[in-house]
Amino acid sequence: MKGRVLVVDDDPALSEMLGIVLQADGFEPFFESDGSRALEAFHQTRPDLVLLDVMLPGKDGIEVCRAIRAESGVPIVMLTAKTDTVDVVLGLESGADDYVVKPFKAKELIARIRTRLRRLDDEKPELIRLGDLSIDVAGHSVRRDGQVIDLTPLEFDLLVCLARKPWQVFSREVLLQDVWGYRHPADTRLVNVHVQRLRSKIEHDPENPELVLTVRGVGYKARDESD
Amino acid sequence: MFRALTRRWRRSLAFRVVATTLVAATVLVGVSLGFLLIRVTNGLVDANTSRSIAEANVGLAAAQQVVLQASEGGPPPPSEGLADSIMNSLVTSDDRGAAYEVLLLEGSSAADTQLSERGTNLVEVSSVPLDMRTQVREQGREVWTYTTIQYVNQPSEPGLVVGSLLTIGTETAYEVYYLFPYGELQGTLDLVRSTAWIAGLLLIGLLGLLMSLIARHVVLPVRQAARTAELVRAGHLEQRLPVRGEDDLAALALAFNDMAGSLQTQIRQLESLSRLQQRFVSDVSHELRTPLTTIRMASDVIYESRETMPPSLLRSSELLHDQLDRFESLLADLLEISRFDAGAAQLETESTDLRVVVGAAVEAARPLARARGCEIVELFPDQPCVAACDPRRIERIVRNLLSNAIEHGEGHPIEVRAAVGASCAAVSVRDFGRGLDDDDLDRVFDRFWRADPSRVRNLGGTGLGLSIALEDTRLHGGRLAVWGRPGQGALFRLTLPRVAGQDLGETSPLPLDPTEVGV
Repeated sequence: MKGRVLVVDDDPALSEMLGIVLQADGFEPFFESDGSRALEAFHQTRPDLVLLDVMLPGKDGIEVCRAIRAESGVPIVMLTAKTDTVDVVLGLESGADDYVVKPFKAKELIARIRTRLRRLDDEKPELIRLGDLSIDVAGHSVRRDGQVIDLTPLEFDLLVCLARKPWQVFSREVLLQDVWGYRHPADTRLVNVHVQRLRSKIEHDPENPELVLTVRGVGYKARDESD
Repeated sequence: MFRALTRRWRRSLAFRVVATTLVAATVLVGVSLGFLLIRVTNGLVDANTSRSIAEANVGLAAAQQVVLQASEGGPPPPSEGLADSIMNSLVTSDDRGAAYEVLLLEGSSAADTQLSERGTNLVEVSSVPLDMRTQVREQGREVWTYTTIQYVNQPSEPGLVVGSLLTIGTETAYEVYYLFPYGELQGTLDLVRSTAWIAGLLLIGLLGLLMSLIARHVVLPVRQAARTAELVRAGHLEQRLPVRGEDDLAALALAFNDMAGSLQTQIRQLESLSRLQQRFVSDVSHELRTPLTTIRMASDVIYESRETMPPSLLRSSELLHDQLDRFESLLADLLEISRFDAGAAQLETESTDLRVVVGAAVEAARPLARARGCEIVELFPDQPCVAACDPRRIERIVRNLLSNAIEHGEGHPIEVRAAVGASCAAVSVRDFGRGLDDDDLDRVFDRFWRADPSRVRNLGGTGLGLSIALEDTRLHGGRLAVWGRPGQGALFRLTLPRVAGQDLGETSPLPLDPTEVGV
């Protein structure tokens, strides 16, 4: 089994189809159609990833996402029919790692899910230092003065990607490719929102970041000790 | 000053009313007061004149008496005594003192007589006009006229002179002149005149004030109506005029309010209808997405396993797959259009080098172009073409223009240009296909419009691409212009202001007509 995926969607046909596609790729799907029971289902199934429809009866996807994120860093991919800026940003800010816009292709969805679950594969032990942070890549943990900083897997990936090459400036497009697994140009707002979330957790003063720096007009880079 | 006045004349109804009233009142008051003054003056002068003549006659009669007494023993010789007694009789007959002056002058026709002349209060002889003296001498009876009385040591003043001939014997005669200064009369007349002036000015002033009050009373509500109408026009449909009383202005206010009310109702109705319509389109598009996603994935699964299918099923799965793509882009375009129609489209501008964005769109279009056997030629300048724009939308515009050019370019090369000017940047896409005639040019941006309905659509475009491109351009405050001639291809030119929101005018760094010299 590659991983357990909880599908929260009220459309039975789409849920079933998602199940077929997921199973065909070796994932183990679980289903929930009601937003208000989604958290319960999450507790019961302990999934490795959640596919979450934004429009749900009971509780909408944004609220469900917030509730899950409040207790777990499990990757959440939103399924949305909306592409309006406000809705997308709202979804991302509620804690979703990624979103796919309906109608999506099966391959596209699977690619995103795989990227998000890539961490389940073995990684070599590696310890990176960034400022006063020590990043244990294999152990998926970040420490400051021995204290563990709680990052979601996506935030961790983003940090590792930047911290491995502190001399390099990453454009949003490159980050989308490396961290989110996009093979086509996509929504760079994803990067902006998650960099903000990462900063709010690791920076002493998120307004004046010292670890993850913005390079105006280009993208982001990690603090380089040799500078 | 004059210009300011004419401006006010043109723009202020109240000013015009007051000014007109003032002019009319001035003319009326002037005419009537003038008439009054003339009548009063004439009456006073006439009364004064007849009284003066009567007084002179009394004096003359007394003098005549003196002369008669002196002539009892034959004509009296001219002597100082005679002159004095005549003079006395002329003056003392007056009972009020020196209200007049008297001149006793030698008036004989013969030159050799020697009569003494007399006068009162140093009156100059020149006070009596020469032609009057001639008249007195020749006619020998009483003559009067107006004159200026001149004194030796006093300022002269206007007055009446009454003259007569006093005959002494047969040979000699005195000319007697009574000079009545008008001093008192003049005072009265001055008083009347100044009173008339004051009364006139007061009348005009009051009239002006009154008219301006009335005009304000009428004009203020009119101005308020104009202001309210302006507010309603600006979209404040709930604005109304206050209605006071039952007069004409109240009727105007009522009618205005009715009109605004009915406008408001209609606009609200239209708005809600239009909102409903847009909501519907948007809802339909959204609702379609979920089943479409399922179909899409199902089709993907079927398409993936096409190797194992019999040929007929294989082709079916391919058609299903391709047409789903088309259906999907149609739905996406439809949703995009409905977003524009609802005014929900938002710009996310950033400073962007058009060469980069256009380059990306060109790269994305290359596989399609290659499949159609045509080449895309990039003709970009060396310097960056930076403009504040939403790069996603700009890329979409260029993508739409390119796929349009590929579809109609008939395999000829496609030229993509970019350029930058002082205030704007531009991109143009030129194809050398069938071209467009004048009718086509008018309709090319219409939704679902097809250049040639009989032609097979190979690219499966949605028919909304150019409409969306136009809307995207409008959102930027830019212009999307088209040139085309049958057989010579077509050119689409996108011009964007370099600073968002800047007025573009008619300029563009790229020419629209490629047949112009130098292109």
